[in-house]
Amino acid sequence: MNPELGHFALALALPVALVQSIIPLIGAYRRDAALMAVAGPAALAQMLLIGAAFAALTQAFIASDFSVVNVYQNSHTSKPLLYKISGVWGNHEGSLLLWVSILAVFGAAVAAFGAGLPDRLKARALAVQGLIGAGFLAFILFTSNPFLRIDPAPVQGMGLNPLLQDPGLAFHPPMLYLGYVGFSMAFSFAVAALLEGRVDAAWARWVRPWTLAAWSFLTVGIGLGSWWAYYELGWGGWWFWDPVENASFIPWLTGTALLHSAIVVEKREALKSWTILLAIITFSLSLLGTFLVRSGILTSVHAFAADPTRGVFVLMLLALAVGGSLTLYAIRAPKLEPGGLFAPVSRESGLLINNLFLTTAAATVLLGTLYPLIAEALELGKLSVGAPYFNTVFIPLMVPLVLLMGIGPMMAWKRSDLAGILGRLKGALAAVAIVFAIALALSGIAVVDIAGSAGIALATWLFSSSLIEWAGRVRLFKGAPSDVWRRIRSLPRASHGMTVAHMGMAILIVGVSGSSAWKQENILTMAAGENVTVAGFEITFNGAELIQGPNYESLQGSFSAKRGGSSVALTPERRVYDQPVQQTTEAAIHTTFWADLYVVLGDGPTDDRRYVVRAYFEPFVPFLWYGILMMGFGGLISLSDRRHRIGAPRRAAAVAEPAKA
Amino acid sequence: MAKRKTQRLYFVLLGGLAVATGIALVLTAFEDSIVFFYSPSEISQQSLSPGQRVRIGGLVEMGSVNAVGDTVSFTVTDTAETLDVTYRGILPDLFREGQGIVAEGYVLASGVFQASDVLAKHDETYMPPEVADAIKAAGEWRGDDSATTQKTAATESTATP
Repeated sequence: MNPELGHFALALALPVALVQSIIPLIGAYRRDAALMAVAGPAALAQMLLIGAAFAALTQAFIASDFSVVNVYQNSHTSKPLLYKISGVWGNHEGSLLLWVSILAVFGAAVAAFGAGLPDRLKARALAVQGLIGAGFLAFILFTSNPFLRIDPAPVQGMGLNPLLQDPGLAFHPPMLYLGYVGFSMAFSFAVAALLEGRVDAAWARWVRPWTLAAWSFLTVGIGLGSWWAYYELGWGGWWFWDPVENASFIPWLTGTALLHSAIVVEKREALKSWTILLAIITFSLSLLGTFLVRSGILTSVHAFAADPTRGVFVLMLLALAVGGSLTLYAIRAPKLEPGGLFAPVSRESGLLINNLFLTTAAATVLLGTLYPLIAEALELGKLSVGAPYFNTVFIPLMVPLVLLMGIGPMMAWKRSDLAGILGRLKGALAAVAIVFAIALALSGIAVVDIAGSAGIALATWLFSSSLIEWAGRVRLFKGAPSDVWRRIRSLPRASHGMTVAHMGMAILIVGVSGSSAWKQENILTMAAGENVTVAGFEITFNGAELIQGPNYESLQGSFSAKRGGSSVALTPERRVYDQPVQQTTEAAIHTTFWADLYVVLGDGPTDDRRYVVRAYFEPFVPFLWYGILMMGFGGLISLSDRRHRIGAPRRAAAVAEPAKA
Repeated sequence: MAKRKTQRLYFVLLGGLAVATGIALVLTAFEDSIVFFYSPSEISQQSLSPGQRVRIGGLVEMGSVNAVGDTVSFTVTDTAETLDVTYRGILPDLFREGQGIVAEGYVLASGVFQASDVLAKHDETYMPPEVADAIKAAGEWRGDDSATTQKTAATESTATP
């Protein structure tokens, strides 16, 4: 019975979403407060209805109700509870339901907490949210209904793909979607502002928290996906420039640009139409990402098997959203009031250049990702664009961006003095030179060593200049301790957040450069009792045995790794799951603070009882995860800033106030 | 208004510079990182320079997989022609005979394909699009297209030695 209720609630949500979009739009046009007031209750009703549908599907998964096709295809009674629940979004239909659920919650949040918003802006933003919701609800109801039944109900389900039965992947999709959907709020506000014909600091103060939240979730979501690929796929890599990875990374790049340009709108009311355009582009790229992942038109490491009709539907939604909003932009943007002026050397300029680097990077990654499709359409042959392309275009764009990140936060609004800033950063330059020299001395002078050391030196630049900037703000070591403490407390949270996020980025760069440059690997066949040395670890193979897991059988290898006096046990596995029957590789990873030892058990035993073994030494990989967590955390600190909690406070003193990013 | 015009000019110059940098980078990078895909039937007709990286794909022929130490050799077919492949390392979890795979690498002087990466889907109902097309081109496609739509949450794994 419940699945029908869920289906009914979902079907009812569609007309409610249409009401939420059409009536307030008419109301805003006619300046009719009664019609505009429909938006809020409609958004709340939509949240309740979609929430009921989501609860019904979750309940069907928890209760293993195999009369529902979706549960039958993606669940199994022997699965642990966590994966029964994550199975709800571990499939196409359910993940779309999660998408609209998050959309509805965000819409309801605007309705409930948006009391400070101008009435018409609020009505229009909610109306655009309603339109997006209606598009996705129609998509679910007409092509991907999660509540379809089968009769008679099968006794047992087909099970969830074992690769997805993993804590990292259980939370990866919700995080990504919180990011994507968060950008839909920025999009809705952008379209509403275009309809309004007015963009001001108050508008930016509304858009920034949504963008910040979306960005933080997307950052952590991409990080979780990368972490999962690293330990679950068993090849010791964490980023492959794969189309599905790029699909989430491209909106991240433009979203990062949006995050920064919204600051300029808030503080200086400049770059207004650019920010609007970025909001539109970022959400469009999120939709494009959804399309690429859902349609399966690109050969990907993480490909989802695809249904062409679904692809066409998402493509139509994409065309409507992008075409509609860009047309509106073309008509309305020229009429926006021009913003404040600034000199070529100023904080505004710094943020603008940041935006140019980020959007150029996004465009080149997008081109590389879509090029196989373009080439095929133009009959240039079937081809793929590999990691070398992405590394060649991406790294040269990021290096100057990171150099700028060290200087940017110290620049003053309107007009700044570069020489003075560089003078303050002498310490950072010294740190860079010292770290670079130490890294070279420890590693060597081969090309990879120089590249890796340069990466770490770049990270040092960013880390130390962020620290110097923050220390300058709170007068660390200059004032009395009580005064420093007072300054730390009174410094806006957004400033602390920026420092933490930028430092997180520095730590991430250490992880990226170090692991790319100094990864060591060893592939060999081993019999019990043999040993191999990898990066100073003496790894002994003690043999392998079959063990029984809850829903799999596993061949577990036993290794011990010795370095110095201490020894650790490593137990990589090759699992064969029962439902569905599928083999997975479970790498054994021994983590020290700064490096991982990573062992995979491969094929075997051969006739002479040997196994293929891969042993990697992965230096600095843990820094990737520290860095990503710090970035996400920085976003959240910034989100807790008072100005973001209180919708649109007085905009006085915005210029005089110390600058934040 | 002169000031505003200067600023606009500055925007345009910066934007132009960004676009030019982007294009320059893309053109240099495209030169050596585009990898073409050929089926076993097509690859014999290509004049590939030694060591040129390509992708090949097809079905792993039944009974052709042979492992010696950490090196595996097998035959890939598009049902019309076959190609011998050798690979060092651990194959992806769902690599098995009869399965559609894509491999990246280069053709050795002996005509054997030396693979550096092997991709096989983690979902047995999934066929890489290139492989499906290659087999269709060879005129032997019997599978129905709905086979690829059954299971949605499927993943693929790649092996990189």
